[in-house]
Amino acid sequence: MRSHVALATALTAALLLAACSSQPPAPEQNPAGVSEGKSTTVAPVVAPVTTENADAAALAALKDPNSAVYKRSVFFDFDQYVIKDEFKPLVDAHAKFLVKYPKLKMLIQGNADERGSREYNLALGQKRAEAIRKALVLLGANEKQVEAVSLGKEKPRCTESTESCWAQNRRGDMLYSGEF
Amino acid sequence: MNLRPLLLAAAFAAVPLSGLAQLSIEITGAGANRIPVAIADFGGDPTAGNAVTSIVRADLERSGLFRLVDASGLPASDTALPPYADWKARGADALAVGSVNGAGTRFETRYRLYDIQKQTQLAGQAWAHAASQTRLAAHRVSDSIYLKLTGEPGIFSTRIAYVVKSTGRYELQIADADGANAQAALVSREPIISPTWSPDGSKLAYVSFEAKKPIVYVHDLTAGRRTVIANFKGSNSAPAWSPDGRRLALVLTKDGNSQIYTINADGSGLSRLTTSLDIDTEPAYSPDGRWVYFTSDRGGSPQIFRVSANGGSAERITFSGNYNVTPRPSPDGKSLAYISRTDGRFQLTVMDLASGQTQVLTDSTKDESPTFAPNNRMILYATEIGGRGVLAAVSADGRVKQKLSVQAADVREPSWGPFVK
Repeated sequence: MRSHVALATALTAALLLAACSSQPPAPEQNPAGVSEGKSTTVAPVVAPVTTENADAAALAALKDPNSAVYKRSVFFDFDQYVIKDEFKPLVDAHAKFLVKYPKLKMLIQGNADERGSREYNLALGQKRAEAIRKALVLLGANEKQVEAVSLGKEKPRCTESTESCWAQNRRGDMLYSGEF
Repeated sequence: MNLRPLLLAAAFAAVPLSGLAQLSIEITGAGANRIPVAIADFGGDPTAGNAVTSIVRADLERSGLFRLVDASGLPASDTALPPYADWKARGADALAVGSVNGAGTRFETRYRLYDIQKQTQLAGQAWAHAASQTRLAAHRVSDSIYLKLTGEPGIFSTRIAYVVKSTGRYELQIADADGANAQAALVSREPIISPTWSPDGSKLAYVSFEAKKPIVYVHDLTAGRRTVIANFKGSNSAPAWSPDGRRLALVLTKDGNSQIYTINADGSGLSRLTTSLDIDTEPAYSPDGRWVYFTSDRGGSPQIFRVSANGGSAERITFSGNYNVTPRPSPDGKSLAYISRTDGRFQLTVMDLASGQTQVLTDSTKDESPTFAPNNRMILYATEIGGRGVLAAVSADGRVKQKLSVQAADVREPSWGPFVK
């Protein structure tokens, strides 16, 4: 579980960044031949001081355990890629949130359980992330706000070889700028 | 948007690793008819000579195709003819003698190979090399012996790449085929998967998650520099070199589901190869460059297909079972290694492409990521033993078996490099 204090700090920076940046969450293809010679450390950006109450409200909602957008994970059944009814209200809440704060960006990370090929599992995780992305867009989020990617079986939340553990890893996480 | 500095202490100046991080190889099975061969102690410089002797012996023994005959006590000069009758009495079919001479940093390794039955010389070769390349010179000797006695080129002087995962740390390592000389090409806090050698052995393509999503890099090992070749919206993964090294097939999700595209090695000239509503992934070119083998779930379960490298309709290759993934054609194009699932066990399987006959090569349960040796003889793959990730190698006939492991870490994602010129 990540620390909420660290999260809040990161979020503050991210929201400020989001407010002054027109970058999509992931750039489209880099120009060919661009060398990333060294470690790709992102230079800290000095954000202008703003007094956006909206951002403060967004921040507060994201870290408020009683808020509808506090939870980020959508769990899937084995070999399934449709959002189950029990997670529809959560996805709906995040879609509304994205509509309300159009400067926010979201990275949806899909995951898969440990069984089988790494690359095929990456594709399965992508299917889950994509299902969430499509639902968010259908519910009004802007295409440019959301990016669906996969971590496959590379970053398991649970590492035991049991069905209950695998179920935790068949998951999509909705992360806002600064949370990933 | 990533605000956290990445560890990624990109070890571009290759860093030699400590003994603990070295791969160790254990032989767990051998061929049925092993050729009895004697490797006499190499003369000349005692230290270098001893090193070459033991490396050559270990190479040949590990291959599972040779039985070492005791070489002690008989004259072993690389300038005079051997006492054939004495070697024959010891049961040797072949004898290698040699020497390593030199001073300072310049050395020369010489060797001769004799057929004891026919009483003829099979080979005589010499290599000039730096002191630091003594190990490579020894592998060259092994390669020559292997070629003369089996008719196939040896792979002892080739290299392998793989990923070592310890707590919170991923290292893309490169080692000699015997696991020695391991060096880290990249160190990251985030996963690294799917490394694959360029056909000329100068570069590795791989997928790194250091930006919190999969991005494909090409890493020039000699220049110690890397280039992002695919960072499109969504996931970028599964790079596979075309045989001429100019293009790569890879998987992108920028248009929705995972689909196969091709791209120039510098990241330009993107072109879509497959068009399905399902998952298409794990591309691999046939060695003649005509086909791209891949995994697709278009039939409901993951199966192996192939499509012309120019595109068009796909042809299904695997039909039995409901999980066949990670197709990797042999360098001679005759067979296909892949992973099949039977009763929940993921096992390395090989198919003869002409007849369609298949053979499961292992009795393990979590095999992944097969990669052929450039001489077609062995297949290296990742598996799990006692909860730990290890590499294992098996001969294409299933007889010879080896295990490669690293202490206190998981090893995975192997890729066997090409022949070194």
